[in-house]
Amino acid sequence: MADQAVPMEQHSPFLQHHFDDLDQQLDSSTLGMWVFLLTEIMFFGGMFGAYTIYRHMYPGAFASTSRYMEPVLGGINTAVLICSSLTMALAVRYAQLGNRKLIRIFLILTMIFGVAFIGVKFSEYYLHWKEHLVPWMGFQYPDHPEFFQQAQILFCFYFFMTGFHALHMFVGLGLLTWLLIKNERIAFGPAYYNPVEITGLYWHFVDIVWIFLFPLLYLIGANK
Amino acid sequence: MTEHKVLPVRTYVLIWAILICATFTTLGIAFIDLGPWNIVVAMMIAFTKMSLVVLFFMHVKQQTALTKLFVVAGFFFLAILIFVAMTDYGTRTWMPQGRMW
Repeated sequence: MADQAVPMEQHSPFLQHHFDDLDQQLDSSTLGMWVFLLTEIMFFGGMFGAYTIYRHMYPGAFASTSRYMEPVLGGINTAVLICSSLTMALAVRYAQLGNRKLIRIFLILTMIFGVAFIGVKFSEYYLHWKEHLVPWMGFQYPDHPEFFQQAQILFCFYFFMTGFHALHMFVGLGLLTWLLIKNERIAFGPAYYNPVEITGLYWHFVDIVWIFLFPLLYLIGANK
Repeated sequence: MTEHKVLPVRTYVLIWAILICATFTTLGIAFIDLGPWNIVVAMMIAFTKMSLVVLFFMHVKQQTALTKLFVVAGFFFLAILIFVAMTDYGTRTWMPQGRMW
């Protein structure tokens, strides 16, 4: 069989030997990333499911918490994340075209939006801390003493869900840093842009989680 | 095998503009009292936004049938998780206490 072996220099240096060609390699890594994202859907899905049940059980208590949320800051943060998704999608696009300079610019822009999101998010946490809205840690709910316990359930969901989301943002920022370094070392282009594409999938997924968190946590009883 | 074709910049910018408009719609509608319809409208907008991100930003529209199947399966199982849990919690008060049969 030795005469059928392809000499090393004839195929792309990016092609790993267990794939037929670069297309198959990209389709495989995309599918693999989606399998990982499905586990992430179920991870956040458990929390969304529990949230649905408790909101159904205690609608009044959940609606009463909205006056302590910051819907405008949350809305701005949603817009910031959507902008970061646009710049991430464009970074992937220029990776497909092999434009190192524009990949660098859009990766950095994505990171700036990501850091801005985390900054706004943590300033909200600080406001909640000052208003004694952290469950078990000096929680106070003077306006609706009858909801003292049930409102803490919502704030538990709030801190856990946004906290895990923020953790995912930190992981995303780490991945973007890695891409930024990789972009200088190897030439992303039509033949090989898998790491950028895969990281993009992750970043957009984290954006989608926030698209649901925003109306569910900030706007429950905004009209009351 | 799929075609990994490069989408034009205006597609991405158009999707971004729709997503931003939808965000402000969500924020605005939340302050109008629609009774039980508030959550329905908010979730419909969120699902629309998610679909746009998945199809265009995440390129699922261009992926292989196998990848599409996996994506749909993920959301299908999430729907089972929430729907089946709610068939329990949502119906617990339907029967009078102590007179189950």
